[in-house]
Amino acid sequence: MDLSVTSREESGRTVVEVSGEIDVYTAPTLRERLNELVGAGHHHLVVDMEGVEFLDSTGLGVLVGGLKRVRSHDGSLHLVCQREKILKVFRITGLTKVFPIHDTVAEAIAASAAADEANATS
Amino acid sequence: MPTVDLRFTPLPEHVRTARLVAVSVARRAGFGEEQLDEIRIAIGEACARAVSATEAATGRAGLVDMRLSDDEDRLDVTVLRCDEDGAPLAETPPTATTEDPLSLALMTGAAGSSSPATAPGGVRLTWVRETAAAGVDQQV
Repeated sequence: MDLSVTSREESGRTVVEVSGEIDVYTAPTLRERLNELVGAGHHHLVVDMEGVEFLDSTGLGVLVGGLKRVRSHDGSLHLVCQREKILKVFRITGLTKVFPIHDTVAEAIAASAAADEANATS
Repeated sequence: MPTVDLRFTPLPEHVRTARLVAVSVARRAGFGEEQLDEIRIAIGEACARAVSATEAATGRAGLVDMRLSDDEDRLDVTVLRCDEDGAPLAETPPTATTEDPLSLALMTGAAGSSSPATAPGGVRLTWVRETAAAGVDQQV
């Protein structure tokens, strides 16, 4: 299955909907798309992975790279994922401590906005 | 004798094919969905690592050789880096993929009860099929 990446604006966040398989072959497509978005000034990303069937270490590396990139612009990257087999990949590698992972896009947007507000007032 | 032997040119696009073949053999051997997920992850990493190392050593001339054999309740998978004649390459240069700690963590972490063992020119992964009784235990 090919990888599909689409993005839209929602409540001041850029929601990146990813579906298909993110692996050593397809991950560069996701990397390019994330780089384009950050380069175009989209620094608060919500990556919706509910349609992702498979994720490997190359894909994880791309997400970590995206996180570093948005953070260098004081941005954020939240993930949406409830699929056990994808969550397992984050757990094995300890990346559940690195990425905020939410059940729904709405929750991710709310958490992202709340963190932003807390930063603004601190 | 391996049940299934798949040899492919070291290109990233073939890793998915290798995952599909491995999971298909494991499913046929009676492995459940949870273990199939582990097999899919670990084989994906093992093959991505072999593709990267073989490509670094031989360009596109070499081959990655994945051998699967199922016996009773276990599945043995050996993933080898090979030269153009199919002979295992004992030494290959390190690459970004083979040095990636996330890749090693996933391959090791998903290998289930057994840790990956080093085979000459590659890696060997083994899974023992969980019995129905073990499945019941997990639900408690």
